[in-house]
Amino acid sequence: MGVVGNVLSFSCYEGLVFGLVAIGVYLTLRVLAFPDLTVDGSYTLGGAVAAVLIVAGVNPFLASLAAIGAGFCAGLVTGILNTKLRIPALLAGILMMVGLYSINLRIMSGANVSLLREVTSFDIVADLLGMRSGSIVVSIILALVIAAVVFFILNWFLRTEIGLSLRATGDNEQMVRSLGGDTDKNILLGCAISNGLVALAGAIVAQGQGFADVGMGIGMIVMGLASVIIGEALFRPKGVAWLLVAAVGGAFVYRLFITIALRMGMAPGDLKLITAVLVVIALAIPYIRKKARREWIPPAVRW
Amino acid sequence: MSAKSLLQLKKISKVFSRGTVDEVKALNGISLDVKAEDYITVIGSNGAGKTTMLNVIGGVFPPERGGRVIVDGTDIAGLSEYKHAAYVGRVYQDPNIGTAAKMTIEENLAMAVLRGKSRGLRVACDKQRREEVREALAPLKLGLEGRLSALVGTLSSGQRQAVALVMATISRPALLLLDEHSANLDPRTAQIVLGLTEMIVKREKITTLMVTHNMELALRYGNRLIMMHEGRIVVDLNHEQRTGLTINDLITAFERASGSKFNEDELLLRG
Repeated sequence: MGVVGNVLSFSCYEGLVFGLVAIGVYLTLRVLAFPDLTVDGSYTLGGAVAAVLIVAGVNPFLASLAAIGAGFCAGLVTGILNTKLRIPALLAGILMMVGLYSINLRIMSGANVSLLREVTSFDIVADLLGMRSGSIVVSIILALVIAAVVFFILNWFLRTEIGLSLRATGDNEQMVRSLGGDTDKNILLGCAISNGLVALAGAIVAQGQGFADVGMGIGMIVMGLASVIIGEALFRPKGVAWLLVAAVGGAFVYRLFITIALRMGMAPGDLKLITAVLVVIALAIPYIRKKARREWIPPAVRW
Repeated sequence: MSAKSLLQLKKISKVFSRGTVDEVKALNGISLDVKAEDYITVIGSNGAGKTTMLNVIGGVFPPERGGRVIVDGTDIAGLSEYKHAAYVGRVYQDPNIGTAAKMTIEENLAMAVLRGKSRGLRVACDKQRREEVREALAPLKLGLEGRLSALVGTLSSGQRQAVALVMATISRPALLLLDEHSANLDPRTAQIVLGLTEMIVKREKITTLMVTHNMELALRYGNRLIMMHEGRIVVDLNHEQRTGLTINDLITAFERASGSKFNEDELLLRG
């Protein structure tokens, strides 16, 4: 494989894994209209839970399922803070993000857990396929299978009666209640599924890179946001299936840019700033356009 | 007319901002007995308590302690709003409240079909539902049954209100609440929506409460008329008592019952 092949295959793997984060962000932000910042914490939570369990000798696939469960619970708590205690969504997410930092340190009994000597999901898949462990092909296959399973489940779920009620909650909460839908329950469920997916991504990344670290989730929400925005801009998706594909596609394009930037010698530490600036630009463009057209612009949302 | 009570309000009071200088007694011990298949028009000036009454029946907030909302023999006062929905369909003044803009006509109706039923993991818009939705939309004669996958946000407000009306009634709730549902529409569209309302209410025999500011509408539609003032029902006319009345007769009745002068604002709203 040449340099281009390397860059593409690596972005492909990362796009699929971080596509899970993008789908999670898409679920809360776009489907529920609930800007959920829990993501930074639940991503690390997933990595930490999976890593600790694997070190303790648990099957890596089971450990990844446990990570989903942990993320699910974290999302549930965020939803409860918002619906039952009426804490604004943004603040509920920030509180969870901060709280989870301490929890993650406790889970790992320190700042990080190494998996270098452990058998991970990647090793098992490589073994099954008879390929060299650590090969990018193995990584892509594993990530692809997981992303495909998530895609099919969500594409079905969002069309069911419960899924429809969940989507409608983000569109018109008042209407859903007046038609007999329990909007609180829908928000809880949406946040829980979203953070379950994000935690799964954390668990896979930890296994792929060979360690979980308390700082691994920093900026995840912004990355997810960037992926969703890029996906929407590039694919202009309509319908549930395409929106899910667009989230993963956006994550792929985003990771492609990042990988190229790194190849060109950019310092890894600068990437978060660049991502943040990208999101700022993407969010500001509609406003600047409206301003240029002298349209009426609603006041900025403070909560 | 059937003699069976469908909705009974007993000693319903509602106080907002209790204990502050802004304290408002929005409802003052209202009792009302609505027979099955009654179509009641409700009039009264701003602040009379009309919408508060609908909100209590719809479960947006509970009445003060001791108040009872009995629908078909079940006391539903104090249940959360989404549980009230099993008994009560509602159309709001603003079509944006009754429909979800970013979802298709079919998805909106599918949500409404599931009123009062538990939502499960069955695919929401299947063939059977699509037929059900088509059949419900066809009598409107707006051509919406052929545009099931159009986003509701692309419809005009009259069309949206017609969809909202079908959504409120498609699962045949015991009670239909109309909260000035034609007030935000232009006169022609309002006429169409009121006509559709009449058709659906007659066909489904739904017991209906229609709040309006418009005295002419209150006299033209329904079989019973109540007038509210300062959180009380001050005039209650059955079909015979109402027949042949003019707007001026109503104003006289109002002034006699409430002991206060009918002010100009309200006259302007005779429409």
